[in-house]
Amino acid sequence: MRKVAVVGIGETKFGPAQDKTSVELFAEAAMEAMTGSNLKPKDMQALFLGNVLGDFSEGQGMVQAFAAENIGCYNIPANRYEGACASASMAVRDAFMWIASGFYDVVLAGGVERAATMGTAMATRTFAMFSDSHYEYPAGITFPALFAMLAHLYAAKYGIPLEKLKEQMATVSVQSYRYGMFNPKGHLRKEVDVAAVLNSFMVSTPLQLHDCCPFSDGAAALVLTTEEIARKLTDKPVFITGVGQASSGPLVSQRDYLPRLKAREISAQRAYEMAGLKPEDIDFCELHDCFSIASLIAAEGLGFFDYGTSGEAWMKGEAAIGGKIAINPSGGLKSKGHPIGATGAGQVYEVTKQLRGEVEPERMVEGARIGMTDTLGGDGGTLVNIILQRGW
Amino acid sequence: MEYKLTFKEYSEALKENRLLGLICRQCGTVTSPPKMVCGNCAGTDMEITELAGEGKIQTFTSNNVAAEGREDEAPYVVLLVELDEGPWVMGNLVGIDPAAVGMELIGQKVSMDGNKVFPGDRYSDGESTRPLFRLQG
Ligand SMILES: [Zn+2]
Repeated sequence: MRKVAVVGIGETKFGPAQDKTSVELFAEAAMEAMTGSNLKPKDMQALFLGNVLGDFSEGQGMVQAFAAENIGCYNIPANRYEGACASASMAVRDAFMWIASGFYDVVLAGGVERAATMGTAMATRTFAMFSDSHYEYPAGITFPALFAMLAHLYAAKYGIPLEKLKEQMATVSVQSYRYGMFNPKGHLRKEVDVAAVLNSFMVSTPLQLHDCCPFSDGAAALVLTTEEIARKLTDKPVFITGVGQASSGPLVSQRDYLPRLKAREISAQRAYEMAGLKPEDIDFCELHDCFSIASLIAAEGLGFFDYGTSGEAWMKGEAAIGGKIAINPSGGLKSKGHPIGATGAGQVYEVTKQLRGEVEPERMVEGARIGMTDTLGGDGGTLVNIILQRGW
Repeated sequence: MEYKLTFKEYSEALKENRLLGLICRQCGTVTSPPKMVCGNCAGTDMEITELAGEGKIQTFTSNNVAAEGREDEAPYVVLLVELDEGPWVMGNLVGIDPAAVGMELIGQKVSMDGNKVFPGDRYSDGESTRPLFRLQG
Protein backbone atom coordinates (compact mmCIF):
# COMPACT_ATOMS: atom_id res chain seq x y z
CA MET A 1 0.00 0.00 0.00
CA ARG A 2 1.26 3.47 -0.88
CA LYS A 3 1.16 6.35 1.58
CA VAL A 4 -1.56 8.91 0.84
CA ALA A 5 -1.37 12.63 1.62
CA VAL A 6 -3.79 15.52 1.80
CA VAL A 7 -2.15 18.31 -0.21
CA GLY A 8 -5.01 20.72 -0.77
CA ILE A 9 -8.05 21.74 1.26
CA GLY A 10 -11.00 24.00 0.61
CA GLU A 11 -14.22 24.84 2.40
CA THR A 12 -17.09 27.30 2.04
CA LYS A 13 -18.54 28.96 5.06
CA PHE A 14 -21.00 26.60 6.76
CA GLY A 15 -24.18 28.51 7.42
CA PRO A 16 -27.85 29.19 6.96
CA ALA A 17 -29.67 28.91 3.61
CA GLN A 18 -27.41 30.29 0.89
CA ASP A 19 -28.12 31.73 -2.53
CA LYS A 20 -25.73 29.33 -4.21
CA THR A 21 -26.46 25.95 -5.79
CA SER A 22 -24.76 22.75 -4.67
CA VAL A 23 -22.58 22.83 -7.78
CA GLU A 24 -21.59 26.42 -7.04
CA LEU A 25 -20.83 25.71 -3.39
CA PHE A 26 -18.74 22.68 -4.19
CA ALA A 27 -16.97 24.50 -7.01
CA GLU A 28 -15.80 27.19 -4.59
CA ALA A 29 -14.41 24.63 -2.14
CA ALA A 30 -12.87 22.52 -4.91
CA MET A 31 -11.06 25.43 -6.58
CA GLU A 32 -9.63 26.48 -3.21
CA ALA A 33 -8.38 22.91 -2.64
CA MET A 34 -6.88 22.52 -6.10
CA THR A 35 -5.25 25.96 -6.06
CA GLY A 36 -3.81 25.29 -2.62
CA SER A 37 -2.34 21.99 -3.78
CA ASN A 38 -0.56 23.60 -6.74
CA LEU A 39 -2.46 21.21 -9.02
CA LYS A 40 -4.92 21.96 -11.80
CA PRO A 41 -8.37 20.57 -12.59
CA LYS A 42 -6.82 18.53 -15.41
CA ASP A 43 -4.65 16.73 -12.85
CA MET A 44 -7.67 15.26 -11.01
CA GLN A 45 -8.20 11.64 -12.03
CA ALA A 46 -11.52 11.12 -10.23
CA LEU A 47 -14.07 12.96 -8.10
CA PHE A 48 -15.61 11.28 -5.05
CA LEU A 49 -18.39 13.47 -3.69
CA GLY A 50 -20.65 13.13 -0.67
CA ASN A 51 -24.17 14.45 -1.16
CA VAL A 52 -27.20 13.19 0.68
CA LEU A 53 -30.34 15.16 -0.04
CA GLY A 54 -29.67 17.17 -3.20
CA ASP A 55 -32.59 15.38 -4.82
CA PHE A 56 -34.86 16.91 -2.17
CA SER A 57 -33.22 20.26 -1.45
CA GLU A 58 -32.89 21.42 -5.04
CA GLY A 59 -34.23 18.65 -7.28
CA GLN A 60 -30.71 17.72 -8.32
CA GLY A 61 -29.56 14.13 -8.62
CA MET A 62 -26.15 13.00 -9.92
CA VAL A 63 -24.66 16.28 -8.77
CA GLN A 64 -21.11 14.86 -8.91
CA ALA A 65 -21.04 14.74 -12.73
CA PHE A 66 -22.21 18.34 -13.04
CA ALA A 67 -19.77 19.45 -10.37
CA ALA A 68 -16.82 17.78 -12.11
CA GLU A 69 -17.63 19.46 -15.41
CA ASN A 70 -18.28 22.81 -13.76
CA ILE A 71 -14.79 22.97 -12.28
CA GLY A 72 -12.97 21.85 -15.40
CA CYS A 73 -12.41 18.23 -14.42
CA TYR A 74 -13.73 17.09 -17.77
CA ASN A 75 -14.93 13.52 -18.27
CA ILE A 76 -13.30 12.05 -15.16
CA PRO A 77 -15.12 9.30 -13.29
CA ALA A 78 -17.34 11.00 -10.70
CA ASN A 79 -18.95 9.02 -7.88
CA ARG A 80 -21.57 10.13 -5.39
CA TYR A 81 -21.52 8.79 -1.84
CA GLU A 82 -24.61 8.52 0.35
CA GLY A 83 -24.14 7.33 3.90
CA ALA A 84 -26.26 10.01 5.55
CA CYS A 85 -24.08 12.34 7.63
CA ALA A 86 -20.97 10.20 7.01
CA SER A 87 -21.14 10.53 3.21
CA ALA A 88 -18.08 12.72 2.65
CA SER A 89 -15.99 10.58 4.99
CA MET A 90 -16.89 7.55 2.87
CA ALA A 91 -15.75 9.51 -0.18
CA VAL A 92 -12.43 10.44 1.48
CA ARG A 93 -11.85 6.85 2.62
CA ASP A 94 -12.48 5.52 -0.88
CA ALA A 95 -10.17 8.15 -2.38
CA PHE A 96 -7.52 7.03 0.11
CA MET A 97 -7.96 3.37 -0.84
CA TRP A 98 -7.81 3.93 -4.60
CA ILE A 99 -4.61 5.97 -4.28
CA ALA A 100 -3.08 3.60 -1.72
CA SER A 101 -3.79 0.68 -4.06
CA GLY A 102 -2.01 2.35 -6.96
CA PHE A 103 -5.03 2.75 -9.23
CA TYR A 104 -5.15 6.57 -9.06
CA ASP A 105 -2.45 9.12 -8.18
CA VAL A 106 -4.62 12.20 -7.60
CA VAL A 107 -8.26 12.26 -6.45
CA LEU A 108 -10.54 15.15 -5.55
CA ALA A 109 -12.82 14.20 -2.65
CA GLY A 110 -15.37 16.18 -0.70
CA GLY A 111 -19.02 16.85 -0.15
CA VAL A 112 -21.80 19.36 -0.44
CA GLU A 113 -25.21 19.85 1.15
CA ARG A 114 -27.98 22.40 1.37
CA ALA A 115 -29.70 21.19 4.52
CA ALA A 116 -30.55 24.71 5.69
CA THR A 117 -32.23 25.51 2.38
CA MET A 118 -34.81 22.79 3.07
CA GLY A 119 -36.07 24.47 6.23
CA THR A 120 -36.66 22.72 9.57
CA ALA A 121 -39.84 20.80 8.69
CA MET A 122 -38.56 19.26 5.47
CA ALA A 123 -35.07 18.71 6.86
CA THR A 124 -36.58 16.94 9.89
CA ARG A 125 -38.59 14.74 7.51
CA THR A 126 -35.73 13.91 5.17
CA PHE A 127 -33.20 13.33 7.98
CA ALA A 128 -35.67 10.81 9.41
CA MET A 129 -35.08 8.78 6.24
CA PHE A 130 -31.86 7.55 7.88
CA SER A 131 -33.89 5.60 10.38
CA ASP A 132 -35.84 2.54 9.24
CA SER A 133 -38.58 4.05 7.09
CA HIS A 134 -40.96 1.11 7.48
CA TYR A 135 -40.48 -0.13 11.02
CA GLU A 136 -39.38 3.04 12.85
CA TYR A 137 -40.63 6.13 11.02
CA PRO A 138 -44.30 5.19 11.65
CA ALA A 139 -43.72 5.81 15.39
CA GLY A 140 -42.73 9.40 14.58
CA ILE A 141 -39.00 9.01 15.05
CA THR A 142 -36.89 12.06 14.20
CA PHE A 143 -33.15 12.55 14.64
CA PRO A 144 -33.43 14.53 17.86
CA ALA A 145 -35.91 11.94 19.17
CA LEU A 146 -33.52 9.15 18.42
CA PHE A 147 -30.57 10.71 20.24
CA ALA A 148 -32.95 11.76 23.01
CA MET A 149 -33.77 8.07 23.54
CA LEU A 150 -30.05 7.30 23.62
CA ALA A 151 -29.59 10.05 26.24
CA HIS A 152 -32.21 8.52 28.53
CA LEU A 153 -30.74 5.08 27.96
CA TYR A 154 -27.25 6.45 28.75
CA ALA A 155 -28.48 7.92 32.03
CA ALA A 156 -30.18 4.66 33.00
CA LYS A 157 -27.36 2.35 31.93
CA TYR A 158 -24.57 4.25 33.68
CA GLY A 159 -26.67 5.30 36.68
CA ILE A 160 -26.23 9.03 36.13
CA PRO A 161 -29.06 11.21 37.47
CA LEU A 162 -30.68 12.97 34.51
CA GLU A 163 -30.10 16.42 36.03
CA LYS A 164 -26.39 15.70 36.24
CA LEU A 165 -26.25 14.33 32.70
CA LYS A 166 -28.04 17.41 31.39
CA GLU A 167 -25.44 19.66 33.00
CA GLN A 168 -22.68 17.55 31.45
CA MET A 169 -24.34 17.72 28.03
CA ALA A 170 -24.74 21.48 28.37
CA THR A 171 -21.01 21.72 29.11
CA VAL A 172 -20.30 19.88 25.85
CA SER A 173 -22.31 22.45 23.89
CA VAL A 174 -20.77 25.39 25.73
CA GLN A 175 -17.25 24.17 24.91
CA SER A 176 -18.14 23.75 21.22
CA TYR A 177 -19.59 27.26 21.05
CA ARG A 178 -16.49 28.62 22.79
CA TYR A 179 -14.14 27.29 20.08
CA GLY A 180 -16.57 27.77 17.20
CA MET A 181 -16.78 31.47 17.96
CA PHE A 182 -13.25 31.79 16.56
CA ASN A 183 -13.86 29.67 13.45
CA PRO A 184 -14.44 32.01 10.50
CA LYS A 185 -16.14 29.16 8.57
CA GLY A 186 -18.58 28.47 11.40
CA HIS A 187 -22.39 28.62 11.29
CA LEU A 188 -23.33 29.57 14.88
CA ARG A 189 -20.67 31.92 16.22
CA LYS A 190 -21.83 33.08 19.61
CA GLU A 191 -21.13 32.66 23.28
CA VAL A 192 -23.62 30.37 25.03
CA ASP A 193 -23.48 29.46 28.72
CA VAL A 194 -24.84 26.46 30.62
CA ALA A 195 -27.90 28.38 31.81
CA ALA A 196 -28.77 29.36 28.23
CA VAL A 197 -28.55 25.73 27.14
CA LEU A 198 -30.77 24.57 29.99
CA ASN A 199 -33.31 27.33 29.31
CA SER A 200 -33.55 26.70 25.57
CA PHE A 201 -36.58 25.19 23.84
CA MET A 202 -37.22 21.52 24.61
CA VAL A 203 -36.98 19.71 21.28
CA SER A 204 -37.24 16.09 22.38
CA THR A 205 -36.79 15.23 26.06
CA PRO A 206 -34.10 15.53 27.38
CA LEU A 207 -32.53 17.34 24.38
CA GLN A 208 -33.00 21.10 24.16
CA LEU A 209 -32.25 23.41 21.26
CA HIS A 210 -28.64 24.04 22.30
CA ASP A 211 -28.04 20.29 22.57
CA CYS A 212 -28.72 20.02 18.83
CA CYS A 213 -26.57 21.01 15.84
CA PRO A 214 -28.05 23.27 13.17
CA PHE A 215 -29.10 22.36 9.62
CA SER A 216 -26.38 23.95 7.46
CA ASP A 217 -25.52 24.65 3.85
CA GLY A 218 -21.91 24.23 2.81
CA ALA A 219 -19.22 22.34 0.96
CA ALA A 220 -15.70 21.05 1.57
CA ALA A 221 -13.07 19.59 -0.75
CA LEU A 222 -9.70 17.86 -0.47
CA VAL A 223 -6.99 16.92 -2.93
CA LEU A 224 -5.44 13.56 -2.08
CA THR A 225 -2.31 12.17 -3.71
CA THR A 226 0.67 9.86 -3.28
CA GLU A 227 3.62 10.55 -0.98
CA GLU A 228 5.91 10.96 -3.96
CA ILE A 229 3.78 13.64 -5.60
CA ALA A 230 3.00 15.29 -2.26
CA ARG A 231 6.70 15.76 -1.47
CA LYS A 232 7.09 17.70 -4.73
CA LEU A 233 4.03 19.89 -4.09
CA THR A 234 4.39 20.88 -0.46
CA ASP A 235 6.75 20.78 2.49
CA LYS A 236 3.76 20.25 4.77
CA PRO A 237 2.02 17.07 3.59
CA VAL A 238 -0.54 15.61 5.98
CA PHE A 239 -0.74 11.83 5.71
CA ILE A 240 -3.81 9.68 6.15
CA THR A 241 -2.38 6.84 8.23
CA GLY A 242 -5.50 4.97 9.26
CA VAL A 243 -9.07 4.57 8.05
CA GLY A 244 -12.03 2.52 9.20
CA GLN A 245 -15.63 2.09 8.18
CA ALA A 246 -18.46 -0.11 9.47
CA SER A 247 -22.23 -0.45 9.27
CA SER A 248 -25.17 -1.41 11.48
CA GLY A 249 -28.87 -2.12 10.95
CA PRO A 250 -31.89 -0.36 12.45
CA LEU A 251 -31.76 0.90 16.03
CA VAL A 252 -33.88 -1.99 17.35
CA SER A 253 -31.36 -4.46 15.91
CA GLN A 254 -28.55 -2.72 17.79
CA ARG A 255 -30.58 -3.24 20.99
CA ASP A 256 -28.58 -4.34 24.01
CA TYR A 257 -25.32 -2.80 22.72
CA LEU A 258 -26.94 0.65 23.02
CA PRO A 259 -26.19 3.41 23.89
CA ARG A 260 -22.83 2.28 22.53
CA LEU A 261 -22.67 2.12 18.74
CA LYS A 262 -20.95 -1.04 17.64
CA ALA A 263 -20.17 0.23 14.13
CA ARG A 264 -18.09 3.06 15.62
CA GLU A 265 -16.09 0.74 17.82
CA ILE A 266 -15.31 -1.58 14.89
CA SER A 267 -14.49 1.32 12.56
CA ALA A 268 -12.24 3.07 15.08
CA GLN A 269 -10.43 -0.16 15.90
CA ARG A 270 -9.62 -0.68 12.21
CA ALA A 271 -8.32 2.87 11.92
CA TYR A 272 -6.15 2.52 15.04
CA GLU A 273 -4.76 -0.82 13.85
CA MET A 274 -3.90 0.52 10.41
CA ALA A 275 -2.15 3.54 11.91
CA GLY A 276 -0.44 1.47 14.62
CA LEU A 277 -1.79 3.87 17.22
CA LYS A 278 -3.88 3.83 20.39
CA PRO A 279 -6.56 6.30 21.54
CA GLU A 280 -4.05 7.92 23.93
CA ASP A 281 -1.78 8.76 20.97
CA ILE A 282 -4.39 11.07 19.42
CA ASP A 283 -3.79 14.77 20.13
CA PHE A 284 -7.21 16.01 19.04
CA CYS A 285 -10.37 14.72 17.43
CA GLU A 286 -13.13 16.19 15.31
CA LEU A 287 -15.99 13.91 16.34
CA HIS A 288 -19.62 13.66 15.36
CA ASP A 289 -21.46 15.87 17.85
CA CYS A 290 -24.79 16.11 16.02
CA PHE A 291 -26.23 16.22 19.57
CA SER A 292 -24.47 16.84 22.87
CA ILE A 293 -25.15 13.27 23.99
CA ALA A 294 -23.61 12.04 20.72
CA SER A 295 -20.29 13.60 21.79
CA LEU A 296 -20.26 11.62 25.04
CA ILE A 297 -21.09 8.37 23.27
CA ALA A 298 -18.48 9.05 20.57
CA ALA A 299 -15.66 9.98 22.93
CA GLU A 300 -16.19 6.69 24.79
CA GLY A 301 -16.57 4.55 21.67
CA LEU A 302 -13.32 5.99 20.33
CA GLY A 303 -11.56 4.98 23.54
CA PHE A 304 -10.77 8.46 24.87
CA PHE A 305 -12.74 8.04 28.11
CA ASP A 306 -14.26 5.12 30.02
CA TYR A 307 -17.91 4.29 29.40
CA GLY A 308 -20.21 6.54 31.37
CA THR A 309 -17.46 8.97 32.37
CA SER A 310 -17.00 11.35 29.45
CA GLY A 311 -19.52 13.89 30.76
CA GLU A 312 -17.41 14.16 33.89
CA ALA A 313 -14.33 14.50 31.67
CA TRP A 314 -15.86 17.44 29.81
CA MET A 315 -16.78 19.07 33.13
CA LYS A 316 -13.15 18.77 34.24
CA GLY A 317 -11.78 20.22 31.00
CA GLU A 318 -10.24 16.92 29.91
CA ALA A 319 -11.90 17.24 26.48
CA ALA A 320 -10.74 20.82 26.03
CA ILE A 321 -7.58 22.15 24.42
CA GLY A 322 -4.84 21.49 26.97
CA GLY A 323 -6.78 18.57 28.49
CA LYS A 324 -6.37 14.84 27.93
CA ILE A 325 -7.56 15.17 24.34
CA ALA A 326 -8.87 18.26 22.55
CA ILE A 327 -12.34 17.51 21.19
CA ASN A 328 -13.79 19.59 18.36
CA PRO A 329 -11.55 22.65 18.41
CA SER A 330 -13.39 23.65 15.22
CA GLY A 331 -16.61 24.14 17.20
CA GLY A 332 -17.87 20.79 15.93
CA LEU A 333 -21.17 20.20 14.23
CA LYS A 334 -22.80 22.14 17.06
CA SER A 335 -21.20 25.49 16.27
CA LYS A 336 -19.32 25.07 12.99
CA GLY A 337 -22.41 23.51 11.45
CA HIS A 338 -23.62 20.34 9.78
CA PRO A 339 -24.09 20.36 6.00
CA ILE A 340 -24.49 16.61 6.21
CA GLY A 341 -23.01 15.50 2.87
CA ALA A 342 -19.98 17.76 3.41
CA THR A 343 -19.43 17.28 7.15
CA GLY A 344 -16.78 14.54 7.01
CA ALA A 345 -14.68 16.42 4.46
CA GLY A 346 -15.05 19.50 6.66
CA GLN A 347 -13.63 17.50 9.57
CA VAL A 348 -10.61 16.43 7.51
CA TYR A 349 -10.22 20.07 6.40
CA GLU A 350 -10.10 21.11 10.06
CA VAL A 351 -7.70 18.38 11.14
CA THR A 352 -5.35 19.23 8.26
CA LYS A 353 -5.42 22.92 9.16
CA GLN A 354 -4.70 22.14 12.81
CA LEU A 355 -1.77 19.88 11.92
CA ARG A 356 -0.36 22.60 9.69
CA GLY A 357 -0.76 25.08 12.56
CA GLU A 358 -2.97 27.33 10.47
CA VAL A 359 -6.00 27.86 12.74
CA GLU A 360 -6.85 30.85 14.90
CA PRO A 361 -4.75 31.02 18.11
CA GLU A 362 -7.84 30.83 20.37
CA ARG A 363 -8.61 27.32 19.12
CA MET A 364 -5.13 26.04 18.23
CA VAL A 365 -3.93 22.71 19.60
CA GLU A 366 -0.28 23.62 20.04
CA GLY A 367 2.18 21.10 18.70
CA ALA A 368 -0.49 18.67 17.50
CA ARG A 369 0.97 15.85 15.41
CA ILE A 370 -1.90 13.36 15.21
CA GLY A 371 -5.57 14.14 14.60
CA MET A 372 -8.63 11.98 14.03
CA THR A 373 -12.09 12.33 12.55
CA ASP A 374 -15.27 10.48 13.53
CA THR A 375 -18.34 10.69 11.33
CA LEU A 376 -21.65 9.02 12.11
CA GLY A 377 -24.35 8.38 9.52
CA GLY A 378 -27.89 7.80 10.75
CA ASP A 379 -28.24 6.03 14.10
CA GLY A 380 -25.03 4.07 13.65
CA GLY A 381 -25.85 2.82 10.15
CA THR A 382 -22.58 4.19 8.76
CA LEU A 383 -19.46 5.00 10.73
CA VAL A 384 -16.16 6.26 9.34
CA ASN A 385 -12.94 7.16 11.15
CA ILE A 386 -9.84 8.73 9.65
CA ILE A 387 -6.47 9.31 11.35
CA LEU A 388 -4.15 12.00 9.97
CA GLN A 389 -0.55 12.79 10.86
CA ARG A 390 1.97 15.48 10.13
CA GLY A 391 4.39 14.46 7.43
CA TRP A 392 7.24 16.71 8.49
CA MET B 1 -34.97 -17.36 -1.58
CA GLU B 2 -38.42 -16.06 -0.78
CA TYR B 3 -38.81 -13.49 2.00
CA LYS B 4 -40.63 -15.17 4.87
CA LEU B 5 -42.48 -12.25 6.42
CA THR B 6 -42.64 -9.04 4.40
CA PHE B 7 -43.23 -5.57 5.71
CA LYS B 8 -46.62 -5.55 4.00
CA GLU B 9 -47.67 -8.73 5.81
CA TYR B 10 -46.26 -7.48 9.14
CA SER B 11 -48.02 -4.13 8.78
CA GLU B 12 -51.37 -5.65 7.73
CA ALA B 13 -51.28 -7.99 10.74
CA LEU B 14 -50.41 -5.11 13.06
CA LYS B 15 -53.47 -3.24 11.81
CA GLU B 16 -55.44 -6.18 13.28
CA ASN B 17 -53.43 -5.89 16.52
CA ARG B 18 -51.34 -8.96 15.81
CA LEU B 19 -47.62 -8.28 16.35
CA LEU B 20 -45.62 -10.74 14.26
CA GLY B 21 -42.07 -12.00 14.34
CA LEU B 22 -40.01 -14.95 13.17
CA ILE B 23 -38.84 -17.79 15.42
CA CYS B 24 -35.65 -19.60 14.48
CA ARG B 25 -35.89 -23.38 14.25
CA GLN B 26 -32.14 -23.66 14.85
CA CYS B 27 -31.57 -21.48 17.92
CA GLY B 28 -35.06 -20.50 19.08
CA THR B 29 -34.41 -16.74 18.86
CA VAL B 30 -37.35 -14.53 17.95
CA THR B 31 -36.57 -11.83 15.38
CA SER B 32 -38.86 -8.83 14.94
CA PRO B 33 -39.14 -6.66 12.92
CA PRO B 34 -38.66 -9.51 10.45
CA LYS B 35 -35.45 -9.99 8.48
CA MET B 36 -34.17 -12.50 5.94
CA VAL B 37 -32.00 -14.11 8.59
CA CYS B 38 -32.26 -14.88 12.30
CA GLY B 39 -31.04 -11.95 14.39
CA ASN B 40 -28.92 -14.32 16.47
CA CYS B 41 -27.50 -17.08 14.26
CA ALA B 42 -28.12 -15.64 10.77
CA GLY B 43 -29.86 -18.88 9.77
CA THR B 44 -32.85 -18.78 7.42
CA ASP B 45 -34.92 -21.64 8.84
CA MET B 46 -37.57 -19.58 10.62
CA GLU B 47 -41.33 -19.61 10.98
CA ILE B 48 -43.83 -16.85 11.62
CA THR B 49 -44.87 -16.43 15.25
CA GLU B 50 -47.29 -14.08 16.99
CA LEU B 51 -45.91 -12.01 19.87
CA ALA B 52 -47.89 -11.25 23.03
CA GLY B 53 -47.19 -7.51 22.87
CA GLU B 54 -45.97 -7.37 26.48
CA GLY B 55 -42.62 -6.02 27.54
CA LYS B 56 -40.51 -3.50 29.35
CA ILE B 57 -39.63 0.08 28.42
CA GLN B 58 -35.91 0.36 27.61
CA THR B 59 -35.96 4.02 26.72
CA PHE B 60 -38.26 6.82 25.60
CA THR B 61 -38.54 10.44 24.57
CA SER B 62 -41.32 12.98 24.58
CA ASN B 63 -40.99 14.65 21.20
CA ASN B 64 -42.18 18.20 20.58
CA VAL B 65 -40.94 18.70 17.01
CA ALA B 66 -42.48 16.39 14.43
CA ALA B 67 -41.42 16.00 10.81
CA GLU B 68 -43.10 17.77 7.92
CA GLY B 69 -46.69 16.61 7.53
CA ARG B 70 -46.92 15.16 11.05
CA GLU B 71 -46.98 18.39 13.05
CA ASP B 72 -50.44 17.62 14.41
CA GLU B 73 -49.17 14.48 16.16
CA ALA B 74 -46.77 16.36 18.50
CA PRO B 75 -46.21 16.12 21.36
CA TYR B 76 -45.95 12.34 21.50
CA VAL B 77 -43.90 9.73 23.33
CA VAL B 78 -41.68 7.32 21.38
CA LEU B 79 -40.61 4.11 23.11
CA LEU B 80 -38.16 1.30 22.62
CA VAL B 81 -39.81 -1.71 24.23
CA GLU B 82 -38.07 -5.01 24.94
CA LEU B 83 -40.76 -7.61 24.35
CA ASP B 84 -41.00 -10.64 26.63
CA GLU B 85 -40.04 -12.85 23.65
CA GLY B 86 -36.79 -10.88 23.28
CA PRO B 87 -37.05 -8.45 20.36
CA TRP B 88 -37.00 -4.69 20.72
CA VAL B 89 -39.75 -2.75 18.97
CA MET B 90 -40.38 0.95 18.45
CA GLY B 91 -43.83 2.32 19.22
CA ASN B 92 -45.73 5.08 21.00
CA LEU B 93 -46.94 5.30 24.60
CA VAL B 94 -50.60 6.24 25.07
CA GLY B 95 -52.76 6.94 28.11
CA ILE B 96 -50.26 9.45 29.55
CA ASP B 97 -49.56 13.16 29.27
CA PRO B 98 -46.47 13.51 27.04
CA ALA B 99 -45.49 16.62 29.02
CA ALA B 100 -45.39 14.68 32.29
CA VAL B 101 -43.18 11.67 31.56
CA GLY B 102 -39.67 11.20 32.93
CA MET B 103 -36.97 8.68 33.77
CA GLU B 104 -39.46 6.71 35.91
CA LEU B 105 -40.75 5.19 32.66
CA ILE B 106 -37.60 3.15 32.11
CA GLY B 107 -38.07 -0.40 33.27
CA GLN B 108 -41.85 -0.16 33.52
CA LYS B 109 -43.99 -2.94 32.08
CA VAL B 110 -46.20 -2.13 29.12
CA SER B 111 -48.80 -3.96 27.07
CA MET B 112 -49.69 -3.35 23.48
CA ASP B 113 -52.95 -1.46 23.25
CA GLY B 114 -53.86 -1.24 19.61
CA ASN B 115 -52.07 0.35 16.73
CA LYS B 116 -51.94 3.53 14.75
CA VAL B 117 -51.56 3.81 11.01
CA PHE B 118 -49.26 6.39 9.45
CA PRO B 119 -51.07 6.99 6.16
CA GLY B 120 -47.83 7.77 4.34
CA ASP B 121 -46.73 10.93 2.60
CA ARG B 122 -45.20 11.91 -0.72
CA TYR B 123 -41.88 10.41 0.31
CA SER B 124 -43.16 7.01 1.45
CA ASP B 125 -44.37 3.93 -0.40
CA GLY B 126 -47.77 3.79 1.26
CA GLU B 127 -49.11 3.39 4.75
CA SER B 128 -47.32 1.82 7.70
CA THR B 129 -48.34 0.88 11.22
CA ARG B 130 -46.81 1.11 14.66
CA PRO B 131 -47.85 -0.55 17.90
CA LEU B 132 -49.26 1.57 20.72
CA PHE B 133 -48.37 0.67 24.30
CA ARG B 134 -49.97 1.41 27.67
CA LEU B 135 -48.43 1.13 31.13
CA GLN B 136 -49.54 -2.04 32.96
CA GLY B 137 -51.52 -1.94 36.20
ZN1 LIG C 1 -31.19 -18.52 14.95
